[in-house]
Amino acid sequence: MALDHRKSIFNFVGTRPDRPDGLDKVTGRARFGADAYAPGMLHGAILRSPHAHARIVRIDTSKAEALKDVKAIVTRADFAVLPFKPGLEGEFWNVLENVMAGEKALYDGHAIAAVAATSALAARDALKLIEVEYEVLPHVTDVDNAMAADAPVIREGAADYSVPEGMHPNVVRYHESGHGDVEAGFAEADLVIEDSFVTEATHQGYIEPHACLASLGMDGKGELWCTTQGHWYAQKYCATLLGIETAQLRVTASEIGGGFGGKTTVFIEPVALALSRKANRPVKLVMNRSEVFRSTGPTSSASMDIKIGMKKDGTITAAQGIFRLQGGAFPGAPGDLTAMCAFAPYDLTNVRQVGYDVIANRPKQAAYRAPGAPMGAFAVESVLDELCNQLGLDPVDVRLKNAAAEGSKASYGPTYERIGLVETLEAAKAHPHYSAPLKPGQGRGISCGFWFNHGGETSVSLALSEDGSAQVMVGTPDIGGSRASMALMAAEVLGIPYENIRVTVADTASLGYNDVSHGSRVTYASGLATIKAANHAVEKLCERAAAKWGIPVDAVKWEDGCAVPSGPNAGDFDPLPLADITADMGATGGPISGHFEATPEGAGVSFGTHIVDAEVDSETGKTSIVRYTVIQDAGKAIHPTYVEGQYQGGAAQGIGWALNEEYIYGEDGRLQNSIFLDYRIPVASDLPMIDTVIVEVPNPGHPFGVRGVGETGIVPPLAAIANAVSNAAGVRMKQLPMSPPRILAALKEK
Amino acid sequence: MIQVHLWSSLRSLTGGQQVVEVEAATTGELLKELVRHHPRLQAPIDAGVSVAVDGRIIATGLSEPIPEGAEVYLMQRLRGG
Amino acid sequence: MSKLHVTTTVNGDEVEYLCDPRETLLDCLRDKLNLTGAKEGCGTGDCGACSVTVDGRLVCSCLMLGVEAEGKQIETVEGIADGYVLHPLQKKFIEYAALQCGVCTPGILVAAKSLLEKNPDPTEEEARYWLAGNLCRCTGYDKIIRAVMDTAAELREAS
Repeated sequence: MALDHRKSIFNFVGTRPDRPDGLDKVTGRARFGADAYAPGMLHGAILRSPHAHARIVRIDTSKAEALKDVKAIVTRADFAVLPFKPGLEGEFWNVLENVMAGEKALYDGHAIAAVAATSALAARDALKLIEVEYEVLPHVTDVDNAMAADAPVIREGAADYSVPEGMHPNVVRYHESGHGDVEAGFAEADLVIEDSFVTEATHQGYIEPHACLASLGMDGKGELWCTTQGHWYAQKYCATLLGIETAQLRVTASEIGGGFGGKTTVFIEPVALALSRKANRPVKLVMNRSEVFRSTGPTSSASMDIKIGMKKDGTITAAQGIFRLQGGAFPGAPGDLTAMCAFAPYDLTNVRQVGYDVIANRPKQAAYRAPGAPMGAFAVESVLDELCNQLGLDPVDVRLKNAAAEGSKASYGPTYERIGLVETLEAAKAHPHYSAPLKPGQGRGISCGFWFNHGGETSVSLALSEDGSAQVMVGTPDIGGSRASMALMAAEVLGIPYENIRVTVADTASLGYNDVSHGSRVTYASGLATIKAANHAVEKLCERAAAKWGIPVDAVKWEDGCAVPSGPNAGDFDPLPLADITADMGATGGPISGHFEATPEGAGVSFGTHIVDAEVDSETGKTSIVRYTVIQDAGKAIHPTYVEGQYQGGAAQGIGWALNEEYIYGEDGRLQNSIFLDYRIPVASDLPMIDTVIVEVPNPGHPFGVRGVGETGIVPPLAAIANAVSNAAGVRMKQLPMSPPRILAALKEK
Repeated sequence: MIQVHLWSSLRSLTGGQQVVEVEAATTGELLKELVRHHPRLQAPIDAGVSVAVDGRIIATGLSEPIPEGAEVYLMQRLRGG
Repeated sequence: MSKLHVTTTVNGDEVEYLCDPRETLLDCLRDKLNLTGAKEGCGTGDCGACSVTVDGRLVCSCLMLGVEAEGKQIETVEGIADGYVLHPLQKKFIEYAALQCGVCTPGILVAAKSLLEKNPDPTEEEARYWLAGNLCRCTGYDKIIRAVMDTAAELREAS
């Protein structure tokens, strides 16, 4: 049986069927995080710090406890009892400290205490009666200020091995990589441009706030329903923070109303479980939007210095980038990833990149779609654009000239396998958008983008039913239509119709461990596991057919949903359809299922190229995006419509990041724009249609050639739009977002 | 012998070497041998590393084979959104 | 605090509930009537995920008090389909993949239906401005606008 061959001709993969959750989602039936209720349920609410940095001197909950509607109040003390897993350290400690403050409030919005009461209103009323005495401490929220010698120290001893001596304690991790001799490379250049860039923190902006329903008994057994990108992660972290055994906590992932990286961790879930344990009743906890902005997400803010040298013919002779990322009050800002991704599209002889992870009095940064990559691309691709402008070179030609391809040495070290960057650039050059005339006041920008993608721990189980239908259980919450993609891949292997397959996101008690839905890994890793699980079931189907026919199993092959003899010597038997085998499987050896558990290690890296036209109103400073084209390598698009959806969604988020979105902190260290009115994400009237081109350069690490597509789409937009705006305005924009006041200021200085 | 390329900030932990040589047939052996020869590399390995073998990035797996003469890069562990 | 008794009509059914004067219509729909189709994305009228119509007018149910529903006709996403027959907008949203996570979809469908009832032949720009009060973070709106425009064309042909 040649079951593991790499496919290039498909019956189901590449088609565009309706999604299995479509009906539930257009009728209001789909159940998201806040849509769960339980008998005897209490409602939780969280008290949050109004200070950016303060020592918690005293918390007095007695007045709130006296209310008859209040059934439980928890503070950090309720998490300190850890009989099963004492002594938290590392990221467990960071997460605990983030979900409930210990000795200090570390940012505006940091959780201080929580209440469970008989109604949401009663819980909110009770919060007002909790008295907290704070000793306000000096704070810092800006990345450059946080690295300055006189910056307040947020956490002594937070730096790891990597930080060179002499740096401020707020620098907690340091990365440096590259190859060649950049100084020699700069000396060879005809033109060297060196400049500095700044991006503000943005929020993932999922429309569904964090929500959960928790039930935990004194016996250490619990149930948790929550909106999450990874319920096994939630299980592990909640169990650890509450001191219970992991397997005793069953976590079910609700439908998820957007995540984009922001729901790869826990915030309210351990708090709801602690409240439930104390009240001995189920507790529902739902964040409001302001809590989402103040206390979850956001991405890092960045301050970056770029230096690139180029010859007159467009050859890059050397490139250097210093990337300082601020990730809130805990280690984790992806300065290393920014550094490793920033120059990855280019085949460089001399490159040096440095990344800093800096802590400040802001919420703990969370992953946001290709974490770290968009800001680096913004800085690097802006300098490349400026070099092209000053040398009179075409920006696509220059990128093609320097583009990394199979065999190139990546800026982060290794030699690339088969990659699709050149194909995206060639598609850009050939696209009618690239040669379309621009109107006065408009500018065009292009940018490339890179992201690593990820495999991760994966378990999939597939079970056949007597009637020949199949159920597939995956452990990766469906954040972009992945249930449809899994069903297509299972249909491809089993040879039964897409409609006869039901894909379910299983709870933690029903399947082995699964890593989070992140790193663009779901269609790659859960897809690969689905294919392998289906192959496993097919092996068993072939065994049953072989037994029935009385021939060796290697004389049976699987074709179009039927067992057939593998050749003329195998015997003359009519094809045996799947449903005929499953009909009596109970009597021929028992239920037929397929499984796959592994950590696939062939995710394959991903590239894209974006083209954008922007129009700048020189009176108001407002930018309109008039045309947008996304070109990206998908390896193989399983469901092309959903691949397009990922491209469009990434571009739209990038447009928001480039033009409007930013965390604005006051002098007092408080977040000033914690509602959607003030933190303005793109609305329908802000955007044009977003054209997409799916390039397919198969990934050698996946049986069908899939590369993850979820994240790369947000990498090029910041730079592409900045280049378009700079070309339209006639002045280089070096700070995001390019909001109207910033554009007016830049125009004035021109 | 496998030549292992480190990222440049690790030079401070290996006495200035950016390329070190160890005997290893798998990614797991490689990490063990790195620490045996260069004990200070324990810290970055504990913090999380990936290994690229002939361009393929092994995020976490310790049993991935390393063919003789393979190009091997130690990388910081990747994280996704 | 004493609760108030409210009688109202939701999707054609007469319903009653007791509510705290501070509770929103959205709270009442979700927590008292089990109509969880409308979502709370912001609670400040900025995201439109809680969109419903009240006496034919499109409103954010998070900005209206539960007690204000007394005697009104309220339509929610749960009332858009006619029994098992989906509204053309619902069909087109599935066909066009005009949703990814789907949490904004109930509000967008209610708002889009309201648009097409008022303006059966909207331009793309009119559709975009009408839906500007409904945030979607997944799709970039492209497929949503296409689904709405195609539904409008189909409904015009049918009438």
